[in-house]
Amino acid sequence: MSVPPILVPVVGLSANPLTDLRNLLSYPFMVNAFRAGAAIAVLASAVGWFMVLRRQSFVGHTIAVVGFPGAAGATLVGLSAFGGYFTFCFLAAVLIAVVPTTTGRAFSDENAVTGTVQALLLGFGFLFASLYGGNLNGIDALLFGNFLGISNGEVVILAVICVVTVAAIAVLWEPLLFASIDPAMAAARGVPVRGLGAAFLLLLGLAAAGASQMTGALLVFALLVMPAATVQQLTSRPALGLWMTLALAVVVTWAGLAVSYYSPYPIGFWITTIAFAGYLTSHLPGLVRQRSRRRRHRQQRP
Amino acid sequence: MTTEHGESTRHATVRAPAGDGAQVVRLEDAAVRVGERTLWSRANLDVRAGEFVAVLGPNGVGKSTMLQVILGAQTLAAGSVQVLGDPPGMHNDRIGYLPQRRNFDASIRIRGVDLVRLGLTGTRFGVSLPLRRAARERHRHERRRVQEMVDLVGAHAYAGRPIGQLSGGEQQRLLIAQSLVSGPALLLLDEPLESLDLPNQMAVADLVAEICRREGVTVMIVAHDVNPILAKLDRVVYIAGGQVVSGSPEEVINEQTLSRLYGTPVEVIRTTKGRLVVVGEPDVTHHHHGPHGEPLDDAHHHDAHHDAHHDAHHHDGARRPEEGRGSSST
Repeated sequence: MSVPPILVPVVGLSANPLTDLRNLLSYPFMVNAFRAGAAIAVLASAVGWFMVLRRQSFVGHTIAVVGFPGAAGATLVGLSAFGGYFTFCFLAAVLIAVVPTTTGRAFSDENAVTGTVQALLLGFGFLFASLYGGNLNGIDALLFGNFLGISNGEVVILAVICVVTVAAIAVLWEPLLFASIDPAMAAARGVPVRGLGAAFLLLLGLAAAGASQMTGALLVFALLVMPAATVQQLTSRPALGLWMTLALAVVVTWAGLAVSYYSPYPIGFWITTIAFAGYLTSHLPGLVRQRSRRRRHRQQRP
Repeated sequence: MTTEHGESTRHATVRAPAGDGAQVVRLEDAAVRVGERTLWSRANLDVRAGEFVAVLGPNGVGKSTMLQVILGAQTLAAGSVQVLGDPPGMHNDRIGYLPQRRNFDASIRIRGVDLVRLGLTGTRFGVSLPLRRAARERHRHERRRVQEMVDLVGAHAYAGRPIGQLSGGEQQRLLIAQSLVSGPALLLLDEPLESLDLPNQMAVADLVAEICRREGVTVMIVAHDVNPILAKLDRVVYIAGGQVVSGSPEEVINEQTLSRLYGTPVEVIRTTKGRLVVVGEPDVTHHHHGPHGEPLDDAHHHDAHHDAHHDAHHHDGARRPEEGRGSSST
């Protein structure tokens, strides 16, 4: 993502929401941001739903962090940060999938080596970004998100990656679910648990790279984890949960885009904040239920 | 010392052995080696359709490994094995398998009924949209089958709750439903009663025996404590000292056979309540509930502590002295 042609227009809201919406969509860069946002939200949250189920958040974060020096390095040598994210995240995913682990499931728990490599890569990313011209705004965008200057071509690529990922998840749905919840049993029944784990890491690489485009390398959990975690509070039906996660992620992303268009604050902040608000809200039904149960309990006891 | 043979068999012979069915598992002169060590050898076993078989023995003797052999996941060092008439691994879709205790993290937000359903659909790649009539029909059939199994194990009340929030006994019932949902001919259960409390042990044991009888499923159950399942057993496979003995419960769990297996005098005491207590069984390892997960893991702990513990203890390792005093067998 190069420096945008138009700086963020801090426009006041009018009395008519329809006018606001029309304003919002009158700029091609905003239309592209909404399109890309939808593709990214679906891609990231669908994979994220499984990532949460498989408890592989750490590996998701690692892959996203690898994307940062990739994007910064790509900018430095005059390529697009867009490609840098995808190349590096995907390569990181391939590497993690190929390198054997003792536990069988890659990076299911924290690993000192990964932490060390993560720190080094963040350092390199910072170096690349500094060499590029000490443009601090560039670093902010790479780490914390930016929605400006998404080209038509990039929207198409994002859409293709999104469709491919969703199709892959649809085809792998039952065995991947089985292998994620109950790997021992799935393996005994002949499900290729290791192969599915590797395939999932590749999808996670794509998802982490995609999410980085919108939220930056450090805030990917806003789309990878938060929608899934929110929906898990509301339903434990797998298929319904996945659909709700996709819908929620799109709503959060679009809301974040709209709000940051009208506000001086950055997109990464808005997406995480809106997603977090949803997460808090999702706890309300559970809390109310618990409360009323406790009250009933108290009433039953004389 | 006399054997128990012939006396007080009110529990052990409630059912006549169902040994006239088709051959389900057959071991001939089989031996298993893990690493450099031979776990057991010269094992002969003939399990017939509909039988309820317990695989007993101390920790680390290779009970789980025997199930792995039947699944084709562990190759024999010598001898031969046939499962459902063919070499192992060829009919695993007709085998229901419940690995050693798996714990579901409390944070797993997937319903119990989904877990059961995965036993039926979890191996299926591809998208099956209920667009065509046949696909809709199959969906309906699968839903019905899953519901049947949930009802069969008595999990109706909690099958809709997240699996991580259920108790150990409730999870175990759902897992049994999962291993049964595809309609297997052979059910392999690896210590399904472990870490359940006593009432739940009895209930799950009754349930498995009932299913075995009603659905005509052959059951092989690895157990640490024979007592909860003693009344239902057709056959006992006892592994100790690198040897495997199989036969009716009375033929195997007696002082002669076990003393020969262990190579040291062992007493078998039957309590007034009909429970069997083996006294003087050498303690292979101090960890009665050794490492879980890897079925082969406990094999490595074998011989770690070969100092024989000659205190009376139950098969399950829990010491309840008041029961040990109950009756005399010698």
